Amino acid sequence: MTPASIYWLQQILNALQLGSIYALIALGYSLVYGVLTMINFAHGDVFMVGAFVCFLAATVAGLSFVPTLLLTMAATAGLGVVIERLAYKPLRAAPRVSAIITALGVGLFLENLTLAFYPYPQHVPPLLQNVIWRIGGLALSSLQLIIISLSLALMLVLDYVVQHTAVGMAMRAISWDKTFVPLMGVPVNLIISITFAIGAGLAGAAGTMYSLAYPVIDPYMGIMVGWKAFIAAVVGGIGTIRGAMIGAFILGGVEIMVVAILPSTYLDLVVFSLLLALIVIRPHGILGAPRVQKV
Amino acid sequence: MKKHFSLFLNLLVLSAAIALVGCGARAPKDKTIKIGAIVELTGDMPAVGASSRNAAELAVAALNRAGGITIAGKQYLVELVTEDNAAKPDQSAAAANKLITQDEVIAIVGPNASLGAIPAAEIAEANRTLLITPWSTNPKTTLDTVSGAPKRYVFRACFTDPFEGRVLAGFITGKLRARRAAVLYDVASKAPKSQADLFRQTFEQLGGTIVAFETYTTGDRDFSAQLTKIQSAKPDIIFLPAYYNDVGLIAQQARRQGIEATLIGSDAWSSPELVKLAQGAVEGAYFANHYAADIATPVAREFIAAYQQKYGKPPDDVAALTYDAMGLLFQALNTASAPERQAVRDAMAAISGYPGVTGDIRFTPGSGDPVKSAVIMQVKGGQFAWVTNTAP
Repeated sequence: MTPASIYWLQQILNALQLGSIYALIALGYSLVYGVLTMINFAHGDVFMVGAFVCFLAATVAGLSFVPTLLLTMAATAGLGVVIERLAYKPLRAAPRVSAIITALGVGLFLENLTLAFYPYPQHVPPLLQNVIWRIGGLALSSLQLIIISLSLALMLVLDYVVQHTAVGMAMRAISWDKTFVPLMGVPVNLIISITFAIGAGLAGAAGTMYSLAYPVIDPYMGIMVGWKAFIAAVVGGIGTIRGAMIGAFILGGVEIMVVAILPSTYLDLVVFSLLLALIVIRPHGILGAPRVQKV
Repeated sequence: MKKHFSLFLNLLVLSAAIALVGCGARAPKDKTIKIGAIVELTGDMPAVGASSRNAAELAVAALNRAGGITIAGKQYLVELVTEDNAAKPDQSAAAANKLITQDEVIAIVGPNASLGAIPAAEIAEANRTLLITPWSTNPKTTLDTVSGAPKRYVFRACFTDPFEGRVLAGFITGKLRARRAAVLYDVASKAPKSQADLFRQTFEQLGGTIVAFETYTTGDRDFSAQLTKIQSAKPDIIFLPAYYNDVGLIAQQARRQGIEATLIGSDAWSSPELVKLAQGAVEGAYFANHYAADIATPVAREFIAAYQQKYGKPPDDVAALTYDAMGLLFQALNTASAPERQAVRDAMAAISGYPGVTGDIRFTPGSGDPVKSAVIMQVKGGQFAWVTNTAP
């Protein structure tokens, strides 16, 4: 391989790693929006809580990688359900603005709750032995491989659940019509809880992988990552699962390429410009389809 | 008789004035003098703030045990008023304002990081209050923002960035015989940016080539794109003038990408946290530092032992520099003509030699920057080991 092609392949690997983490978080935004047409702005902070649960599991409980990952996913899934039950369910009939404000409030609550316990950035210990493989000048680390493959596996499982199982069918049905679907015997509250559990659980998985790749965590880490994942979901077409994945990998790719070509200060400028431009050209995202608004 | 009477009157007025100055609001005030400390207890570098506070408290406790300070024949105990600046510029300025106007401190020690020290120094200068920063190496800290002339009330206990840049560039081209250097730094942070620019300048003057000059922004966690660029430029060394949190992440990601170039750091590396966080990725790296615990002078050994005993860990360079900043201030107070801000500043400017923990410190007239030496350290087996000394 020529040095130039190795260089760009390495950058593509970097983009895949970043995109995988964005994708796991973007899915949570997209799932909840798909079912409830609500933007859960607390989602980035659920991701942050996931990183801290991972930190606690690894330091206090001294668990290894797989139990840490499972515990973190279970904890954030539970957190997602609790947030929905306590904060969003009472407002389901309220104007949409109230729900958005509540979601922002929940996010601030989670940040400040974590801040009360951990005012300083914390260091997550390494849970995996890192191995580096060299393939013709290209360096691939075991951590990179695990992040990318685990994210892809979780996305495939989710896609299967939503497209091919009864729960998935119920989720899609509620997303389509909230008035008549309950009459068909679909337990709406249960399905909504499951939706939140899945979304938050994926954010927990993202939190674990993020804190292994970038082991300095702080209570505000979820804000920017959350915004980026939200952009990924919107770019891909919010409400669609495959759209969220595509959007996340596009975003990861754009971020890496911006830094590879331009000075790093242009990073967020380009990312947010991309969002604005895409909303103007395709208001419903890459895979999103315009839906008739039923008032 | 008339003459005697007027003398008596003068004495009466004088004693009344002393009493007035002395009494103030509270009774014990005539026995204590307040010193302000601005430290980074929360924010991005809590380890820096904690070390600085520890050393300041140790210095004050030792001084008060020995009877405090003597100004114009009168004994005073020292009271330390500590303010947290959250490692932020705005909060540093606010803390300086509060210490000067509300707490009425006689002088301030801190902040440590340049991003906080520069705004705090502006406030101190405007209020004609002595400020000694232990750790801020940015040239701008002691210079006037508008005219570029030296500030009159701001001093530092450490060397400056231009000096550090010369030391590192000389070490890399000389001892390491490296010619190709890459730099990765935070463009949004004052100290790293000035260190990166100065390093580039001096390294090129010494015949080296900067093969990559990459940036990131405060808060970035993913450096993979920059590191891939750096790797393709094939540098011998990578200069990382960053605080320990960033260095830990960058070093790990660099090793994960298979980069084997020697890492070179600034004095901002010198925290035991770095080795813990980097998990072996900084092994073999070199950095410039203010002092080395393993070649300590008797003064330094005494301090290291006292610090170790009180806090259960060896002092880092911030602690050593804070201790020196406090020592300089105590010497200024002891030689001041009166317990007043102006007198303390004048005494500080007159210090011609101070045997500090971080080496001999002296000031040249008209400048707040001391003349002192630097050391080069290496990370060996997870510890910082002394490599060489560089005289000023």
